[in-house]
Amino acid sequence: MSESRVIPTNYVTKPEDLKTSSGRTLRTDEMIINMGPQHPSTHGVLRLEIVVDGEIIVDAIPHIGYLHRCFEKHAEHMTNYQQVIPYVDRMDYVASMNNDLAYALAVERLLKIEVPERVEYIRVIMAELQRIASHLIAVGTFGIDSGAFTPFLYAFRDREFILDLFEMTCGARLLYNYIWVGGVSHDLPPTFIEKAKEFCKYFKPRLVDFNNLLTYNEIFVKRTAKVGVLPRDVAINYACSGPMLRGSGVDWDLRRDDPYSVYHKLHWDVVVGKGEVGAVGDCWDRHIVRMREMEQSVRIIEQALEAIPAGNVQAAIPKRIRPDHGEVYVRTETPRGELGFYVVGDGTASPYRVKARGPAFVNLSVLPEISRGAMLADLVLIVGSIDIVLGEVDR
Amino acid sequence: MTPQEIYDNLKAKFGESILEAKLDALQPWIRVDEHRTKEICVFLHDEPNFRFDYLMCLSGMDYNNGALGAVYHLSSMSHKHKIVLRANCPKENPRIQSVSSVWGTADWHEREAFDMFGIVFDGHPDMRRILCPDDYPGYPLRKDFKVPEFYNGMKVPY
Repeated sequence: MSESRVIPTNYVTKPEDLKTSSGRTLRTDEMIINMGPQHPSTHGVLRLEIVVDGEIIVDAIPHIGYLHRCFEKHAEHMTNYQQVIPYVDRMDYVASMNNDLAYALAVERLLKIEVPERVEYIRVIMAELQRIASHLIAVGTFGIDSGAFTPFLYAFRDREFILDLFEMTCGARLLYNYIWVGGVSHDLPPTFIEKAKEFCKYFKPRLVDFNNLLTYNEIFVKRTAKVGVLPRDVAINYACSGPMLRGSGVDWDLRRDDPYSVYHKLHWDVVVGKGEVGAVGDCWDRHIVRMREMEQSVRIIEQALEAIPAGNVQAAIPKRIRPDHGEVYVRTETPRGELGFYVVGDGTASPYRVKARGPAFVNLSVLPEISRGAMLADLVLIVGSIDIVLGEVDR
Repeated sequence: MTPQEIYDNLKAKFGESILEAKLDALQPWIRVDEHRTKEICVFLHDEPNFRFDYLMCLSGMDYNNGALGAVYHLSSMSHKHKIVLRANCPKENPRIQSVSSVWGTADWHEREAFDMFGIVFDGHPDMRRILCPDDYPGYPLRKDFKVPEFYNGMKVPY
């Protein structure tokens, strides 16, 4: 589909060639360009300091922290472990459910409690619905980055259905505060399962449409294939995770390899990038991993909706939980990758230390590695394919 | 490999530099000499029996007893085992050897620990603040941190 594309990394300008009409020599040394913090393609407030030689990127240095509000300090000053959850919501604000889940699992591991099976299933359904919603934003905005506006509208139309499901469950459309330590805040409404099944049925053909519209579009393929190639060993060394890691051909998914909740009872496939149109680990591979993960998420949701047992939605835990001295690091697979919470308890009702290991923060740190030698215009695509959420990068 | 085997191997190889361990904890940890972390991590990363190729998380800590520290959560993709390393340093002279040459991901994590706790990682290529502004006074996540009344001549309103 795409012929080989040579990126001139050893591009050398010859000063004597570049004279203006008045005979003056043009400066041909490296130039520093600032992209952001308000550039529309940085998906938030991210500033990139880019050193370019002509059109070729020599170095790209991310400057982050514009959204920093020190979530970790907030968490230490709460009077209760439960109170941290709304703050966790606001980290990765397009995948709040997954953040809640990760934090709740960490505290539950610290408290050594089990939650009822119905809760586990509800959590899996919510986490996977949220994964689809988040991936829809990712692939939609990735389309915009590459110059295709229409797919974005299609993605947001489908995302609305998921937000409606969340709204009927917990009343919120973006920041849910739904998954609590020891359970969930409300049981599912009576019509939820039926509506969710309806959504799965509706959504599967939409994915085929979306692939035809964007993924296999020739212009899109030419823009994204062989761009921003992230080799396998670099991805592991930089601890990339999620579609970023799987796009580079690493068969690794925490839902399977470090299982939590009830994922071990459900059947689905881990999607890895194979370099179908370009090289393994390019922007297109990361995109196709997200597209195929949505299919797998639908599979998980359908199985969970069938298997969900009746029962309580709150474990019997006291209102004010006081874990013993201890510490735990729990990691889960969010749409962006490995979200880990390192929670240290000191016997009081508030955590001594909470550290969030955000997948977007870690994935962004590999950006200089994969953008060196690329064209300046492709940087927008490379940043888009990492799928960062600045609320989580800066915390 | 079980945490006990990892501990025994490290103890045999590095002896005095392995200071303390708690292997019956929820997640077993080993405390090592803060000036030899790089050597130990290179060993853990390269040795085929360990292959700790994935640094999950690196967190700064303030123990509120005059000690700061870094906590390394390591895992291996091929062997699927995990271990927690710790390195402590005194608050007056907080220096720990950097492991950013072992795992690329440690680069930003160490900068974050420097930003929040003031721990200086020796051998780090670019020890700058990462989240706070470069001229921010103090280290916010230390337990004795007080929000300054003024920042660059502007009153902090809360």
